[in-house]
Amino acid sequence: MLLIRKVKTKARAYLLLTKTLQTGLLLATGIAGYLSSHIAINPGVLLGLAGSLFLAISGSTILNMWYDSDIDTVMNRTHNRPMASGKVSKQEAFWLGLALSFVGVGWAVFQDPLYGLLVFAGLFFDVVVYTIWLKRRTCWSIAWGGISGGMPILAGRALAIGQIDLVGLLLMMAVVFWIPTHILTFNMRYFDDYQAARVPTFPSRYGFEATRAVIALSAILAAASIGVAGVMIGIQAGALRLMAVLSTGLLLLSFATVFHPSEQINFSLFKYASIYMLASMILLSL
Amino acid sequence: MKVTPLDRILLLVTCLLAAYQVVVGIDGLENVPTIAYTIAFGVLLVAGLLIIILGYDILNSPVVVVVSTIIPLSLSLGLVWEYVSAWRILYMVFTILGFLAIIVTRIVPIPGKIPTVVLAFVHGVAGMVVFLLPCILAAQGITNPGFALVGFGGALIGLGGLLLSFLKAGRPIVSREIILRILPWILFLMTAAFVVGFALA
Repeated sequence: MLLIRKVKTKARAYLLLTKTLQTGLLLATGIAGYLSSHIAINPGVLLGLAGSLFLAISGSTILNMWYDSDIDTVMNRTHNRPMASGKVSKQEAFWLGLALSFVGVGWAVFQDPLYGLLVFAGLFFDVVVYTIWLKRRTCWSIAWGGISGGMPILAGRALAIGQIDLVGLLLMMAVVFWIPTHILTFNMRYFDDYQAARVPTFPSRYGFEATRAVIALSAILAAASIGVAGVMIGIQAGALRLMAVLSTGLLLLSFATVFHPSEQINFSLFKYASIYMLASMILLSL
Repeated sequence: MKVTPLDRILLLVTCLLAAYQVVVGIDGLENVPTIAYTIAFGVLLVAGLLIIILGYDILNSPVVVVVSTIIPLSLSLGLVWEYVSAWRILYMVFTILGFLAIIVTRIVPIPGKIPTVVLAFVHGVAGMVVFLLPCILAAQGITNPGFALVGFGGALIGLGGLLLSFLKAGRPIVSREIILRILPWILFLMTAAFVVGFALA
């Protein structure tokens, strides 16, 4: 009984390490990338895609958290995370993250070398370039974080069609431009936390006004990229109409953050952008 | 006042119904009704999402008056374009001028009751078209009787618009709490009535 409870507690802590919502959203982009090709679905390949991506994304997220555990301890928002609160040791997290990453990338390479390379690139950009190299040095690190976030959708599409095409790159750009709306909003909302942890952010480097403008611009570019990709994919007219509606909502909120800035509008853009991305992924798959 | 879990569920279902209508429910129509219905249900969808995200505080925004006019105006335009071909152009001119008039009277400070009169007239005409036209068409046998549900949705939208307008004007017919408690139900029933009504047409 005690053992079962211990295993449950550990499993819950491990699950928290993977940031399930973020991992789930990135996984959804990968699956959408695959389905956007509208080829006959091979259940085995789709299952392999979901499994390998889930493991690779979870692995990189855990390695991320492992490297940033000192930052997490300082920040109010993150000090309850499993490692920062001592529920999982650093060493344990490191080996878990490494193991998941290896299995995930290995599975991806086994499925298809190009797909495997893209999954590895995503992991490399996220862990090495973004987290270890740039995050504590420059606020522009988020550009690399964005590129790594765009890799799952590109990888998913490449797995389906066997090559990197313009649509795949556009889909990747949509995610790349969507990510600043997500991260920069967090940077503003938890400004003091980032300051305390001495992590350079856009708001601390360029101010809130410029950051809001960047958020609005990236939302516009994300909507444009996904719209053009949708047209090029040839999604149904109805799906395209809905995408236009949701994009309009995103643009209006973006403009509101610039012209009527408030914490509330800012956070609503962050939430709406996540819903927008998920809905767009579903529409691209139809 | 906080959005309760039940409110969230109702609003989410409303959003999904509106999304369904945009994607599937208006396929195969002419361009003008397609655009008009897309705008109407699109506004419903985005408004529902924003209430879920931001809560009822968003209703304090002055933009709500303008946005809430878009739904009946575009719905009525779509209906007139589809079923009363002789009035197409005239009604389109009315919707465009009416909408512009509402925007202008909300932006430019105009003394007296002119902004309220303009809003009530434009909103009222559009609301009556959405309410009466489907009922008349259904009663005359031109459409399936089920199309009258669109009229029922029109009545609900009128009720919702009325409650919100008086609330915004500072003279609520019933208390703010009651209005906010029934608003998700009105939005849900209205959207469901529209979706089913259009499907049965």
